[in-house]
Amino acid sequence: MSDFDVIVIGAGPGGYVTAIRASQLGLKTAIVEREALGGICLNWGCIPTKALLKSAELYEQLDHLEPYGLSVTGRAFDFGKIIERSRGVAKQLTAGVAFLMKKHKVEVIEGAATLSKGTPSPKVTVALKAGGSRTVTAKHVILATGARARTIPAIGLEPDGERIWTYREALVPKSAPKTLLVIGSGAIGIEFASFYRALGSEVTVIEAMERILPVEDEEISRAAQKAFEKRGIRFRLAARVQKLARTKSGVAVTLETAGKAETLEADIAIVAVGITGNVENLGLEDIGLTLDRGHVVTDSHGGTNVPGLYAIGDVAGAPWLAHKAMHEGVHCIEHIAGHKGSSQSSPIPGCTYSTPQVASVGLTEAAARAAGHDVRVGRFPFRVNGKAIASGELEGFVKTVFDAGTGALLGAHMMGHEVTEMIQGYVIAMTMEGTEEDLFNTVFPHPTLSEAMHEAALDAYGRPLHI
Amino acid sequence: MIDILMPALSPTMEEGALAKWHVKAGDTVKAGDVIAEIETDKATMEVEAVDEGVVEAILVAAGTEGVKVNTPIARLAAEGEAPATTPVPPAPAAAAPRPAPAPVAAAVVPEPASAPPVPLKAAGDRIMASPLARRLAEAAGLDLAAIKGSGPHGRVIKVDVDAARGRLQPAAAGAIQAPNAAPAAAQPPRQAQSLEQMGIAPGSYDLVPLDGMLRTVARRMTDSFRDIPHFPLTIDLEIDALLAARAKINAMLEKDGVKVSVNDMVIKAVATALKRVPAANASYTPEGLAMHHHADIAVAVALDHGLITPIIRSAETKGLAHIAVEAKDLASRARSKKLKPEEFQGGTFSISNLGMFGIKSFNSILNEPQGCILSVGTGEQRPVVKDGQLAVATVMSVTLTCDHRVVDGAIGARFLQVFKAMIEDPLTMIV
Repeated sequence: MSDFDVIVIGAGPGGYVTAIRASQLGLKTAIVEREALGGICLNWGCIPTKALLKSAELYEQLDHLEPYGLSVTGRAFDFGKIIERSRGVAKQLTAGVAFLMKKHKVEVIEGAATLSKGTPSPKVTVALKAGGSRTVTAKHVILATGARARTIPAIGLEPDGERIWTYREALVPKSAPKTLLVIGSGAIGIEFASFYRALGSEVTVIEAMERILPVEDEEISRAAQKAFEKRGIRFRLAARVQKLARTKSGVAVTLETAGKAETLEADIAIVAVGITGNVENLGLEDIGLTLDRGHVVTDSHGGTNVPGLYAIGDVAGAPWLAHKAMHEGVHCIEHIAGHKGSSQSSPIPGCTYSTPQVASVGLTEAAARAAGHDVRVGRFPFRVNGKAIASGELEGFVKTVFDAGTGALLGAHMMGHEVTEMIQGYVIAMTMEGTEEDLFNTVFPHPTLSEAMHEAALDAYGRPLHI
Repeated sequence: MIDILMPALSPTMEEGALAKWHVKAGDTVKAGDVIAEIETDKATMEVEAVDEGVVEAILVAAGTEGVKVNTPIARLAAEGEAPATTPVPPAPAAAAPRPAPAPVAAAVVPEPASAPPVPLKAAGDRIMASPLARRLAEAAGLDLAAIKGSGPHGRVIKVDVDAARGRLQPAAAGAIQAPNAAPAAAQPPRQAQSLEQMGIAPGSYDLVPLDGMLRTVARRMTDSFRDIPHFPLTIDLEIDALLAARAKINAMLEKDGVKVSVNDMVIKAVATALKRVPAANASYTPEGLAMHHHADIAVAVALDHGLITPIIRSAETKGLAHIAVEAKDLASRARSKKLKPEEFQGGTFSISNLGMFGIKSFNSILNEPQGCILSVGTGEQRPVVKDGQLAVATVMSVTLTCDHRVVDGAIGARFLQVFKAMIEDPLTMIV
């Protein structure tokens, strides 16, 4: 007889949400966490960065009050307080997760788990934080151990705790660096670049690909680069890092761009070159779990090659997003409980909370064409949207990609003010398999920025109303 | 294990009474087995299992009223899964045990007899399907109602339509294989080869892009020819009397500027014959044979690239002059591609006429979901034997292609018999 129906290993957003859903389904559930409830997302990722970026956004706005008929003197910031607020937000939410575990009668086991062979699923031995160890069994074990910053020690891309940071160090510095190098222009790199630039750092972003935010639509990448350059961020594109090293006063990075070598110096470097799954020290080799380049290989329900063992979220591979982890977790546990109807294949939006923001879902135009779609593309700029003009938030645009044959919405791409709050409109349309007609027939409130979403759909069919 | 949920028997149903269980804990059920009876204020319906397995526990006792839709009512251990050792006791009922029915209510609202069993998904008039699934099914000529939905609440989504389409693919490969090819099942789906692979040099031809109409025609004809068990019936018609009648009619209508063609008379005769043999005015559907109330006659019109079939609605109610005017208007607007969708979608019987090209007789491909299509050949003088004597008559051959699932040989033959009688004695058309 097993101790639990389900044991979830890792209490990040994927893990704790899975545990809550398991409990709702009537399963006796335990969750193991070695560090802090909420995982990277709540403690070192999504949430604390949003707190920092809000400070940056407000501070930047103070510099642009004049057109609104407002003025402020003595614009200043207290860096320590900005960081303190961010930590406070993380702490509040972590306490919230503890409450949720209690409410759903999920037993929290604090410590580091290792797996060993067992039936019907691997045995879980926890080296308890409080000392000692405890072995527990369950019918189903779900790995939700998450991921961490990828490092490449061979060329110096690893944190030294002082001058070379990952997101972790970048969240709790003592002061803002005067000069900063950000290596990697994905969402994490761009958000830190945006934050530190707003607070006055001289920021240079280094990207190996020939455009920033490489997973986004090309038009978005180009427009975002311009918007960031306007704010003073510099970019080195198609630049390969040869070596990152400490100097007496800071760091130096050697780059190769189109065969040309260049060395840049700065006080601090942030390494944001991707994510790697937390698959070490879990006993995964002993139980014969199949891994592929740092993540667990799973089927469409999170099942692995080991009976009774599942994996969800970052440890099961890209995209490395909290909402993807939560969705996979819920789908996995519902599948275990025999529920049907929850879909593993829902489209997953991506958001970057820089100023301006970037948000997208589905296929880029290039990816849609590469996949063999005959496409219809629509665009609509915020600069002609009434609410945008009234608010003075003119930057950015909305782009839609439809399949010309079926009218299926294949993808949507947005840059501008609060687009991360709007993208879900398109996500719902795509999840429900909406077509252009459904978007035409949807009434968007006036005046809102979201009207640009309506117009971008209309524009794909040559019938925008306000341009 | 799988929870069996209280099904919604109609889109508006919120709760119902669990009238009766047909299974008990420990019983093995397979998909399609009737497991319970549910009563609503409108009907009693049987509930079928959708999964197979062993009934682990009955969660709501028979006779419980007010069971909310989607409440678990029983638990199934899937095949190979051991049933839980401690069976879950029946829930202390979602509502009070059922009181004796009030006699007045029972007298005023007698319960209808058991309706046909419904599968465990949202039933009712409306087919739940995503907008994209609807569009794809329509484009593929698939009946949504026949597709099992895998989305929330049994909603038909894109993958279901794709799968339904995929199921037909292997059959296609088999049908198109050369006779000496290996059995169909072993064949991969037919892959289109490029012309170059087939030995036709690039640049030696012009490519007409596939527009929507060409694609639609290609798809519908392929699907129809491949999937419908069709057969032809050919009959010769003597049309001398018809031609004479036409001449008289046209002389009469000349002042109105109306000219009736042989084809218009064929339309009229077909519509009238369908009224007499309604079994030939029908469509096969998975739910049953749809017997159409009106003869909506689709007439094939050739275009530069492609073909379209505008429809004379309720042709059995229309006079010849009316049909002639309407057919002429539809054909001219068809050629300029100005037809509205409702003018070329949804006929019940098709006519294709190649007589003007001198074609003697031919066999058309069925226009789904219609049960028949009539192919009309040229009217020409042929030697005929009358009362043992050789004579000359104007003869026209027609071929009726039938969907054997709905119009069998006897029905088709009876229709042709009635049709022949009308063509050969046009007066009968107006009776």
